[in-house]
Amino acid sequence: MILRQISVFLENKRGTLAQVLNALNENGVNLRAMTVADTADFGILRIVVNDPDKVEQILKDANYAVKITPVLTMKIEDSPGGLMKKVKLLTDNGINIEYIYAFASTDIDGARVVLKVDNLEQASQIMRDASAAEDGDYSRNCW
Amino acid sequence: MYWNKLIETMGREEMTELQTKRLRDTVQRVYRQVPFYRNKMKAVGVLPEDITELDDVRKLPFITKQEMRDNYPYGLFAVPLTEIVRIHASSGTTGKPTVVGYTKQDIDIWAEVTARAFSYSGASKNSCIQIAYGYGLFTGGLGAHYGAELLGASVIPVSTGNTARQIMLMKDFGTTVLACTPSYALFIADTIREMGLDLSEFKLQAGVFGAEPWSENMRREIEARLGIKALDIYGLSEIIGPGVACDCLCQDGLHISEDHFYPEIINPVTGEVLPDGEKGELVITTITKEGMPMVRYRTRDLTMLNRSVCDCGRTLIRMGKVLGRSDDMLIIRGINVFPSQVESVLLSIGNTSPHYQLIVDREDNLDILTVLVEMNEEMFSDEVRGLEGLEQKIKAALSNVLQISAKVRLVSPKSIERSEGKAKRVIDNRNI
Repeated sequence: MILRQISVFLENKRGTLAQVLNALNENGVNLRAMTVADTADFGILRIVVNDPDKVEQILKDANYAVKITPVLTMKIEDSPGGLMKKVKLLTDNGINIEYIYAFASTDIDGARVVLKVDNLEQASQIMRDASAAEDGDYSRNCW
Repeated sequence: MYWNKLIETMGREEMTELQTKRLRDTVQRVYRQVPFYRNKMKAVGVLPEDITELDDVRKLPFITKQEMRDNYPYGLFAVPLTEIVRIHASSGTTGKPTVVGYTKQDIDIWAEVTARAFSYSGASKNSCIQIAYGYGLFTGGLGAHYGAELLGASVIPVSTGNTARQIMLMKDFGTTVLACTPSYALFIADTIREMGLDLSEFKLQAGVFGAEPWSENMRREIEARLGIKALDIYGLSEIIGPGVACDCLCQDGLHISEDHFYPEIINPVTGEVLPDGEKGELVITTITKEGMPMVRYRTRDLTMLNRSVCDCGRTLIRMGKVLGRSDDMLIIRGINVFPSQVESVLLSIGNTSPHYQLIVDREDNLDILTVLVEMNEEMFSDEVRGLEGLEQKIKAALSNVLQISAKVRLVSPKSIERSEGKAKRVIDNRNI
């Protein structure tokens, strides 16, 4: 399934993560998934929330540089090799994964990850085909 | 000991007479040969015949650096290119440099005034002069080189960089006079100490330092740490390069070679000419230059003039150490940098001009330029690679236009301090 992820530019200095989390908290935003990519000078905070449009506006109003990026999300079995199987499937189909991170928690059995891939539509189709074959109706489990 | 006693000790009346004659010649020449000057004079209704005495120079319009850029590259040359034997250039706002051209005679005059400058430091044909200014389009290296050579000194054209080797040569070759930027002189002093060398192993007596502003405190520090006399040499490529003026050993103002460069001090806001001793912007008219004469060039350097006779016996007018700028130009490692250059670089990379700030620090006596660039929606990428690529791209474009390397740091939107809605463009932490 394709999700709209929010990316936020952060300077790599004391307090910047706390500030942005505070801005989200003040507006009652719950983070479903989150990761930070960092370099010596800056970081990119990537989050998944229930209402990306609203959160984008909240962050823009708080003077953050924000970008919405479509990413792939998929459910994985919460057992050894669960992630490997799915990633291998994508890789075997020629999909490049730019980055991957896990959901904080899910309301379903198993785990869930977020992936940024080079060919989103194709990757999404691969995962749909795979889950249809494995689990029957995949989309029922998604929010 | 004078290099050119006749000129250096010329009486005021005689100097005025010489300057008046040369000014009249220059004005006639530019009116005839350079459409730019002709049009500017026509616009204010002044003809060459109206310039009969020295003070008539005030009737002539000023020329600015922007007008030099507008006439890029050869628009202000007063002779055909066949007469030009050398071209120098300084970095420009939009990647286009400011160009200056010299005839054979201009090069000779430049060597003459720079030889004078070296001689003020006590240098002579018995000296060994190490030129650690950059050689190339920048006027520092070649300008100092020709002057030192005309003086008859043994010239070591080492250029900038490779400080350890620089110091080895200084010691082994018995350098007596060092020519470089004052900040590089301090860096050399530090390196000598780090290398564990003793000053007694060197023959250094004097330094002729310039191309960037420096304080009296810095002068004392250099003198103490290198055990030399440190003299300030002033110049700018628009006028000729280094050698327009230089300290003598009295260190009480820089003697301007006024037989070639006629100085005035103006109020930078009104353009009104100010009396001697008052602080204002230095305006220079070249009165012997052939290739690219400059009539009332606004240097933007703030200083004052002193026409009294110096203790060294020289009568040449003196200018004070440069006190600052009347525009926002920064001089970093001897190179002129305008904030607007950074702006044009950023504009050339993205679709919008982001907010930015220049921070200049001095670490280990070397100037470090850091450019903060505020992130915006257009520039922001979700990928680290993308942002690092952007940083690299800005860095490369900046060093290309500025001719010096700069650190680039991407910062949060609206994080750069703004006063009255206007961003503060420059923070200079150098305490010059």
